[in-house]
Amino acid sequence: MLMRTLNSLAAGLIALVLAAPILVVAGVSVNEKKALTFPPQGFSLAWYAEVFTDPGWRGALITSLVVATLSAALAVLIAFPLAWFLWRWRAPWARAFEVLGMTPFILPPVITALGFLSFWAAVGEYGSPWTVVVSHAVFFVTLPLVTLSLGFGAVDRSYVEAAATMGADDRTVLRTVVMPLVRPYVISGFAFAFVLSLNEYIVAYMVVGFTLETLPIKIFNALRYGYTPTMAAVTVLFVSLTAVVFGLIAWFGDLPRLLGAWAKND
Amino acid sequence: MIRRAPRGLAEHAPILFPALMLVVFFVIPFSLMIAVSVFRRVPGGFYEPDLVFANYERFLTTFFGGVMSFSLGLAALVAALSVGIAFPFTYRLVKLPRGAQIRWLVFLLSILSLSEVIIGFAWSTLLSRTAGITNLFVALGLMAEPQSLSPSFGALLAGLVYQAFPYTVLVLYPALARLDPYLEEAARTLGSSPLRAFFTVVVPGLRNTIVATTIMVFVFALGSYLLPQLLGRPQHWTLSVLITDQAIYQSNMPFAAAMAVFLVLVSLALVGLALLAGRREETA
Repeated sequence: MLMRTLNSLAAGLIALVLAAPILVVAGVSVNEKKALTFPPQGFSLAWYAEVFTDPGWRGALITSLVVATLSAALAVLIAFPLAWFLWRWRAPWARAFEVLGMTPFILPPVITALGFLSFWAAVGEYGSPWTVVVSHAVFFVTLPLVTLSLGFGAVDRSYVEAAATMGADDRTVLRTVVMPLVRPYVISGFAFAFVLSLNEYIVAYMVVGFTLETLPIKIFNALRYGYTPTMAAVTVLFVSLTAVVFGLIAWFGDLPRLLGAWAKND
Repeated sequence: MIRRAPRGLAEHAPILFPALMLVVFFVIPFSLMIAVSVFRRVPGGFYEPDLVFANYERFLTTFFGGVMSFSLGLAALVAALSVGIAFPFTYRLVKLPRGAQIRWLVFLLSILSLSEVIIGFAWSTLLSRTAGITNLFVALGLMAEPQSLSPSFGALLAGLVYQAFPYTVLVLYPALARLDPYLEEAARTLGSSPLRAFFTVVVPGLRNTIVATTIMVFVFALGSYLLPQLLGRPQHWTLSVLITDQAIYQSNMPFAAAMAVFLVLVSLALVGLALLAGRREETA
């Protein structure tokens, strides 16, 4: 009994500490005056409106959404054929590419960022808007690669063999049997890459930071040159968006399994 | 469907695009960075091909040695604190009903995907004089007047552990979710208290997982870049901050690259150790 109370208390405390910064920021975001005060004085949604009406904030928001969508799509386009190839064929050498796809995410991000900076400078593309899309796609390719490896691993090969025995070729098997089974993993891989790209700072900053402003860069610059409650509003919008994306994944997919736990009746 | 080695161009075709992308946009940039680390810096922000080790020698000065040891010490402290809190937490988490588990996971994933910028902003607000937690203490009568708690080492540590905590839980989650519940039940049947069963059965059984996770979190914390700038003082800047400073503001790419190569070697050695520790348990 005592143990149980202590456990709930500890869990409650952890939940509170995890939520506290966001709660304070949410409070600040509805402040009436242009100052960071908590508890908020008055109530106003003006700062939320400013995210969409102020050209600077709206531009950064659109840039971030476009970059995140394109780079997550490109990451999936890189990860899918690789994961499929590894599952379909016996080719141990191809594992090297899988390791390559995992590396950028494991190393401290400043290293990948610096590699990209020297590369884009050497080929004369430093600062071009599309370079951040390619950089983010390669940086986050790990996420769809991990979810897709899990997804292909979960495909029951006897279905595939049945289809092959009935005369289906590789393409047909992929389209009619494999694809429907791995689709949730494609979606979650895309979502992970999308959300992380949306929030990524250092790679974006080193690659296009002076020519293209994504939201994290805009927030950091705003932090250095004077606070405004608009930052708080943007933060709340971001956190909500992320929670919605992962909530949807949990709703449509098996989240514990996507994160590596075995299903209850395995 | 027979799984055999692929033959001919047609069967190899699907891997061509991913292989090309990873080689062109990861292997080449990475190699280029290593090459730049031995290039000679030309005043004015450029560099020319050469083979000099001055950039590495400069690294051996007391100033950079100090930054390096601070970065490593900070990462170690963050890793120890995160795993120390996250392990018992995850142990309880995997025992919760499925619905509650999923709610926690969504919450943790949301925190995990917060940008370092947002975490930095949120914590500096939480610890500020005007909008911070000390206002609450004043209202409760615990404090005479609100004060600023950031920037400071404590603020930096809080921010880093906050950032690392969800990551730590998610790394520990699969191992704990797959832990055989019968082992612990057996210990309980034989008369162990829950706490005793936890420390004598669960913790030793997962010793390698704990070591591997600690190393992974260590590498994760080593990469922190914005939080030291937002929550710490200049003496709390880490190697990542210094690398960026050299690359962007001092325009000294060769020196930045040399520091990055050093960071790669440290990280790879640690990741290797983590994989080794994780693997032994699987075979055991």
